[in-house]
Amino acid sequence: MNNAGQTIHLKKEILVRIIKSFFSKDFEEKIRLIPFDMRPKGMEVPYRCCIYKERAIIKDRVIAGLGFPIEEDDETISLKTYAKRSMDRNELDGKNLTVLQAACKGCATNRMYVTDLCQGCVARPCQSTCKFGAITIINGKSVIDNSKCKKCQMCVKACPYNAIVKITVPCEEACPVGAIKKDETGFASIDEEDCINCGRCISACPFGAVHEKSQIIDILKELVSGKKVVAMIAPSIAGQFPGNIYQLKTAIKKAGFYDVYEVAQGADITANTEAKEFVERMENGEKFMTTSCCAGYNQFIKKHLQEIKPYVSDTGTPLYYTAEIVKKEYPDAVTVFVSPCVAKRAEGFDNENVDYVMNYEELGALFVAKKIEILECEEEKYVKESSKQARCFGYSGGVAESVKASLPDESIIKPTIINGLNKDSIRQLKKCASCGQTDDGTNIIEVMCCEGGCIGGNASMNNQKMAKKLIDTLASNSPEIDKL
Amino acid sequence: MEKIKVQVCLGTTCFVMGGSNLQELNEIIPKKYGDKVEVAGSNCLGLCSIQWEYSKAPYVKVDEEVVHEATVEKVLEVIDKKLAEK
Repeated sequence: MNNAGQTIHLKKEILVRIIKSFFSKDFEEKIRLIPFDMRPKGMEVPYRCCIYKERAIIKDRVIAGLGFPIEEDDETISLKTYAKRSMDRNELDGKNLTVLQAACKGCATNRMYVTDLCQGCVARPCQSTCKFGAITIINGKSVIDNSKCKKCQMCVKACPYNAIVKITVPCEEACPVGAIKKDETGFASIDEEDCINCGRCISACPFGAVHEKSQIIDILKELVSGKKVVAMIAPSIAGQFPGNIYQLKTAIKKAGFYDVYEVAQGADITANTEAKEFVERMENGEKFMTTSCCAGYNQFIKKHLQEIKPYVSDTGTPLYYTAEIVKKEYPDAVTVFVSPCVAKRAEGFDNENVDYVMNYEELGALFVAKKIEILECEEEKYVKESSKQARCFGYSGGVAESVKASLPDESIIKPTIINGLNKDSIRQLKKCASCGQTDDGTNIIEVMCCEGGCIGGNASMNNQKMAKKLIDTLASNSPEIDKL
Repeated sequence: MEKIKVQVCLGTTCFVMGGSNLQELNEIIPKKYGDKVEVAGSNCLGLCSIQWEYSKAPYVKVDEEVVHEATVEKVLEVIDKKLAEK
């Protein structure tokens, strides 16, 4: 996903300032000053109507960074109070996304619109192509009756002057399950019942109005408490920072963590277990199985496609196995999963072995705040070297490949790859669930919610091409996966 | 003619604040300028360490000129300007 925009830069800058404030002598006061430090008196106003609105929006972003929902803010509470509350808080709630309505532009409603380019032609292909009779000609120009329009876009395609356009609301367009909508106030809000936490609205909004509710303060508190805080890093991390994952281990420990585990270690177990399960299911006469490690897909099943449940592998996710290993090794440890994914926050919340989840942007901000240079860090090996296949779990195709490579006879497996949940792939999955088989005789469906896989997650920092290249470099120097 | 030297900072701050996209310069520059310009990744150039200057990261140096909040387009523009001056 494209994270290059200014909004991402702004969000990261705020995270760095929050973390720096945490390590300063007066956390609460430093937090209060963030909007003023970033938009000092007399500064040229970069984006909004005035400096006061800029500061108000930054304040809201800080509220999300401190881990509170922006929707519940009534504007009377100062950041100082929020900072204090974040320090006093002892537990997390399960909500992961929050919408900053002051930043939400309240985009024009999703609809078809006839522009001034309409020539009022004689042929009127827009009118004849519309099956719903929504187009009439008034004063020689086409006019769309929105009460009749079904948004089929036939008129857009029919106009030879490209005079009719589709006005889109980026967050609504991006959401694969229709969970984010402009409500009666005209601003976006998220329906928790439907939201699968895929995080696409975060990347899609050009105003940066959707925020993850950060757990960074809670994690920082654990880091300075003297407890053993263990980081579990997702496989896709190999493509996200300068240096290699061995230098990264040292860097993370420098940031205050006690130890670092590769979640690829758990991915090896997932791959082997899933391969075993696949063989059993096929022997029992089942036609296909889907993978189960993508948190976004698991949320999707739970909220939108229960019918496919019988075909979904019962195998645990790489995080599930890794967290189990870590808690066995260090029963008193506080575990933090590091990933590019919002949905993993939900998985972490439901798994008692996972205490916190932080994303790559937050880890990056921690490095920046603590001035840790990864390229200058020594390399440190992991206790267990993960396999080549497990280390490729983070991109589309990687999971199916690892299940295949685990099998003694690789020819029995025929994968279909769902590279991103969208209207088409959702239709395809629904069909498989209702027919009990795939269209083309394939017998394993790998589902990744984000396009490209985890490297396309909303908090990934590197572009996908470079990220994949870096992961492949690491994989080429890694051992083959164990066969069953 | 002396080559123009482009240094892309691969320090943590630059990378995190958006420098990852600048790796494309490694492919674009040789293609566009041949041997007139040389490009290399560099360990932290130290430009972010001045108080709060991290917010202007990522940094790229084109010879001695510092490009802050660097993007591929911005860097190419500076190279073009330098080439025109020579």
